[in-house]
Amino acid sequence: MKLDRTTIAIGVITVGLLAASPLLPKWAMSLLNVSLCYGTVVLGMMLLMRTGLVSFGHGLYYCLGAYAAGTVDQMLKLPDMALMVAAGAAATGIVAAILGLLLARYRDIFFAMLSLAFSMILYGLLVKSSALGSTDGFNISAKTLFGVALVDDARRYAGFGITVVLTTLSAFALNLYLRSHRGRLAEAIRDNELRVEYMGASVRATIHLHYVISAVLAGIGGALMAINIGHIDPEMTYWPQSGEFVFIAILSGTGNVFAPLGGALVFETIRSFAYEYSPNTWQMVLGITMLVVMIFLPGGLWSLLQRRKPA
Amino acid sequence: MSQLLAVVIDGIVYASWLFIIAVGLTLIYGVMKILNIAHGSLYALGAFTAVSFCTAWFAHGYAAAGSFAMLAAAAIVVGLVFGPLIERGLLRFMYGKDEVVLVLVTYALFLILEDVIKLVWGVDPLLVQGPNGETPYSILGNFEASGLSYPYYNLVLVGVAVATGAALTWVLTRTRSGKLLIAVIHDREMSAAMGIDVGRTYFVTFTAGAMLAAVGGALTAPTVSVVTGMGAEVIVMAFAVVVIGGLGSLPGAALGAFIVGMVRAASIHYKPELELFSVYLVMAVVLIVRPKGLFSGAEVRKI
Repeated sequence: MKLDRTTIAIGVITVGLLAASPLLPKWAMSLLNVSLCYGTVVLGMMLLMRTGLVSFGHGLYYCLGAYAAGTVDQMLKLPDMALMVAAGAAATGIVAAILGLLLARYRDIFFAMLSLAFSMILYGLLVKSSALGSTDGFNISAKTLFGVALVDDARRYAGFGITVVLTTLSAFALNLYLRSHRGRLAEAIRDNELRVEYMGASVRATIHLHYVISAVLAGIGGALMAINIGHIDPEMTYWPQSGEFVFIAILSGTGNVFAPLGGALVFETIRSFAYEYSPNTWQMVLGITMLVVMIFLPGGLWSLLQRRKPA
Repeated sequence: MSQLLAVVIDGIVYASWLFIIAVGLTLIYGVMKILNIAHGSLYALGAFTAVSFCTAWFAHGYAAAGSFAMLAAAAIVVGLVFGPLIERGLLRFMYGKDEVVLVLVTYALFLILEDVIKLVWGVDPLLVQGPNGETPYSILGNFEASGLSYPYYNLVLVGVAVATGAALTWVLTRTRSGKLLIAVIHDREMSAAMGIDVGRTYFVTFTAGAMLAAVGGALTAPTVSVVTGMGAEVIVMAFAVVVIGGLGSLPGAALGAFIVGMVRAASIHYKPELELFSVYLVMAVVLIVRPKGLFSGAEVRKI
């Protein structure tokens, strides 16, 4: 395998972030943490968008991943970060494999609406299940990593470390996949399904696979978010949350695996500052940003970087 | 038995309320192919404006009965101000884009309008209430049915829903402009070629749809405390209604509202913890069995 520039950049950034982590101020670490968790979810959204699908219900997997992690942590009393993320990934993978059987038949607005319906079903269930804290959700302890007990700052650093490693690993794996034979089918399906079928590839199987991959990424992102924030609630599957993921994906563009990660960082930065300085207009800032990007940069922020290269 | 009757009454009232909100959404989608998330904001704007108008009305010490006129005025003002503003100022530049892109445009608009509401009305819950606690809701009094007491205000909701449905059906099937509208729905380019002013049709449709959302909000305002975020709650429910019935179908919106209303009323009475779950379950099941909704006709084939 030849090392492409993206792979090298991912490696450099991983090492850089991990090495810099002791020096990072608290606010920067939490900003990066949240951005990376969102970025992981949006990596999956990007894969779906490349395939021509927009899910308005990816909060389902984000939330499911978090609740699976929370269940392992609180109900099974196994507060290990690695186990929690594994549980999140496994739970979302299974649910997505089942729901994907149905969703792989849907396109456009119907895909968006059915995924919205599924995410709202989970919301409806969670807000009424008192065992899981109803609308309040519950707290997460995440006290160990691979069996090593963590206290105070060590817990924060471990959370950051596992987030960096898993996010960049996801980006690395997705980048490899997008370069693979099947990965390249994504854009072909978006452009013309019929031709893909004539070439002998199965559109449905590919969409199903991409749906599961994107769900697992969202599950990992949700589990990591649960670990870092230390609290989960049903808002994670409420539709504005899913809308936020779509928003970041539109903002980033689908050009490269760095687009979602960078887009998530830009989004979180805009949001943190807008929220800090004018708490009543931050949504307006986001909305206007989104309109501007959609009108002037249909390829997302990533297209700004691409233009500089000679074609 | 009496519980069954209670379910039916609650279901019909709830369905009427849903229909008023969802019919505007389905109208806009049917004509313009825009699934308008900002419909929820227009609903909220209707509610907030109704609060302001009624408060001003009561502050002048006018008769409480006139607050109904204020509800209507709020809906009309919101429709006439925001409908044209949104359609002419933003959506007009987006026609012809992909449906999913249009959804995202209205999502951005939703975010913007949510903050407009916060800036104008603040973030505290508001009530439509006169100096002695009278509201358009309470001045009508209650009636009894099978041992339970219901506010007459609910009948207003049912009346408005039936009147709206009848008026729209009449316009669409019996008037010249309705027939032109149906032509635009079926083939936009051909209608334009035949001399129909498509731009004007879109403009009028969107304004009417916006006004219907505001009517829903204004009628809701007296019954709840008006809070920011109420639009987000309503819009997914309205989506469920129009998706169940079939996007863009008028009878579909009625059927969808009826189904969702009944399902929700039944679950509230028999199994309250499944209230939201049941509504979206029905939505998912309908989408699985009939993806285009219960009332979708055969697709007109275009080459």
